[in-house]
Amino acid sequence: MTPIMPDIQLIAIFPESILAIFACALFVMDPFIARDKKEQLGYFSLAGLCVSGVSTLFLWGKSISTFSGMIALDNYALFFKTLFLMISALIILMSIRYIKIERINLGEYYGLILFATIGMMFMPSATDLLSFYLSLELMSMSLYVLAAFMRKDPKSIEGGIKYFLTGVFSSGLILYGVAFLFGATGTTNLGEIAAFLQENGVTSSLSLIMAFVLLITGFGFKISAVPFHMWAPDVYEGSPTPVTAFLSAGSKAAAFSVMLRVFINAFALSSGNWWPVLWVIAVLTMTLGNLVALVQTNMKRLLAYSSIAHAGYLMIGLITASQIGYAAILIYLVGYVFMTLGAFTLIILLCSANMKGDQISDFKGLARTNPMLGLVFIIFALSLIGIPPSAGFVGKLYLFNSAIQGGFYWLAIIGILNSVVSLYYYFRVVQVMYMDEPNAGTVLSFSPTLKVALGITAFLTLFLGLYPEPIIKAAIDSVQIFL
Amino acid sequence: MIGSATSINYIPIFIFIVISLVFGIGTLVISYFVQVRIDDPEKLSTYECGSEPISDARNPFPARYYIIAMLFVIFDVEVAFLYPWAVVFDKIGLFGLIEMIVFIALFLVAYVYAWKKGGLEWD
Amino acid sequence: MTAQLLFFYFGGMAVAGAVVAVFTPNLVYSALSLLMTFIHIAGIYILLNAEFIAAVQIIVYAGAILVTYVFVLMLFNPEQEKRYFHKQYKIGAFLGAVVLFLMVFAGFKTEILSKGGPFTVEYVEEIGHTRAIGNALFTDFIFPFEIASFILLVAMFGAIILAGRGIKKPKGPGGRVDLSSRRKAKEAIVGER
Repeated sequence: MTPIMPDIQLIAIFPESILAIFACALFVMDPFIARDKKEQLGYFSLAGLCVSGVSTLFLWGKSISTFSGMIALDNYALFFKTLFLMISALIILMSIRYIKIERINLGEYYGLILFATIGMMFMPSATDLLSFYLSLELMSMSLYVLAAFMRKDPKSIEGGIKYFLTGVFSSGLILYGVAFLFGATGTTNLGEIAAFLQENGVTSSLSLIMAFVLLITGFGFKISAVPFHMWAPDVYEGSPTPVTAFLSAGSKAAAFSVMLRVFINAFALSSGNWWPVLWVIAVLTMTLGNLVALVQTNMKRLLAYSSIAHAGYLMIGLITASQIGYAAILIYLVGYVFMTLGAFTLIILLCSANMKGDQISDFKGLARTNPMLGLVFIIFALSLIGIPPSAGFVGKLYLFNSAIQGGFYWLAIIGILNSVVSLYYYFRVVQVMYMDEPNAGTVLSFSPTLKVALGITAFLTLFLGLYPEPIIKAAIDSVQIFL
Repeated sequence: MIGSATSINYIPIFIFIVISLVFGIGTLVISYFVQVRIDDPEKLSTYECGSEPISDARNPFPARYYIIAMLFVIFDVEVAFLYPWAVVFDKIGLFGLIEMIVFIALFLVAYVYAWKKGGLEWD
Repeated sequence: MTAQLLFFYFGGMAVAGAVVAVFTPNLVYSALSLLMTFIHIAGIYILLNAEFIAAVQIIVYAGAILVTYVFVLMLFNPEQEKRYFHKQYKIGAFLGAVVLFLMVFAGFKTEILSKGGPFTVEYVEEIGHTRAIGNALFTDFIFPFEIASFILLVAMFGAIILAGRGIKKPKGPGGRVDLSSRRKAKEAIVGER
């Protein structure tokens, strides 16, 4: 009997395999390393991310579909893989000192971040409902543990439980939607689903509507879109701050990367009449996120609502269902990732042995005692609002432009009005930093790695605003696969 | 469809279930009729190896039990994956072997970690 | 006919077990009636010629997961909490009704548009269910299979990290900071809520 040869091209999962080896080695090494030397594991995982990143760059331009159509390696996947590797590296850089202060300096922390990164990296390359679902679970499972990582802190436990419950609920909804899609079309492969629907001329069947509703609800939870956002502020507030940054940057970008594939490939978004649903969700998301952010006093909650609002902006690209819209999502995500990570880095900077540093009042007079920090925060604030020259401006320009080109004038107007609203609460923080008297006894927990993280995020936020051409070109290259 | 040729294979199991039910219920019923009953309040009290029960038996367990149970679940799932692998091993050959080695190696990582962290220790 | 009778028996007992599990005030009874549900669901799998799934259902659910449930029940203070209606139970009941309606509606109304895949009843009967799963799992579905092992790995790490006992006390002076003032502040925050 001839053995069956499975369709395997390991090159397609090479960066993830490297990362997996590093993560496993990390868990094996961890028990042998003394508690006060755990940062070595942080540097070890950084090395893993770098090796994986280099191999990702070498793969640029390749187009492979393997594992019986489960995984595809194309520019779109590689674009996101690079982004996720950068996010993880920044998260580890900003964590090394923070987790010592919070007394959670365990090696497992870095290992779980690596596992979450592996899940994220598989998500944009998943071309099958099954592989995307399992990658999503791998990411979420690691993040549930990370969110509750401060076991002694009731808020962290509360956040972890809330995140776990809403997370498994939304995963269940996604799986239910997947089941409908499979039941209707008889395949889980995204390409085959699209081909089936096109061949048979199916545009609206009850199964499809159910699948769409369930999937959009499940993804709504994952990207914290209104009305599925209620978990986000509590989880963001309770989790260790670098994990919050990871949630708001990494998991949101990963969810968007997979949403694009599923909705564009399988549902043929451009040909369907799905956009009114998405339109309502997008408008609700950005409006509610921005309005509730106005009254927050906790910096982490403020950024949580701000990230809800950003999810609303990002959905504009999905609604327009045009190539420029998809490219705009990618461009905006890159900017969003760096500016959000930067803002969280400042909160981490304020966290010291005697202060949690996540209240807006903790930022009092920071710019007076440390002008450089004030300047850096202004860069992030400009970018988060979308004022040039910053990465956020370029992203918003492309998003609103795509909305106008697609004829969604109201969407663009609502988006711009929302950006104006957001100006108020970001600049309230700036005002606190510049106008108020400095708090006595504020200790900034600077560390070399944190400075590097802050420098990279600030530089990229500014640089991508001044010279966005490479990112725009890469994004447009990446979304070619959706044509 | 339902009730097809494979159902013939379940007849032994069915007989087994019937016998165990008959035996279990039969024992109770027969002993109910045959036994000599002398009621005594001592007989209704909780049996604790002869000593007086002093409190509710259901105290909170240490969290250690939970880790053991959790490890059991995970290794159980792993073993469940081994069955179909063993059944088709003649067909998938070397590739199947490598796949399963990778799979088991990952669990070995978890096992080493759990062992070294003291997850398997009992104080 | 027998098959249908068996289906109604298994289905009915599974539902009855689930109902008892929800409504009984005694947590251990609740766990054991869940066992009844699991075993009868395995019976339904056997009726569908899915004997491997049935075996896994009994090994994993009735065996391992139920044991975990019982241990978790024992972790809590065994005094039974008073039953009460949460403030938002109306919303919960409404959403539950919507989901139930969706499931029933979906069961009757959705159409299967496709012709069906290669795993027909005849195919499965010919080579056996376990073999059919093995063939698919270790060739076409090898990627999800390996990812599943990663998920189990992370679950195991998570259990050891969060259940806490697995982490030995730190040795030496490293990482020790006096946090008493900070901890008081945290407690104050928690107390307010």
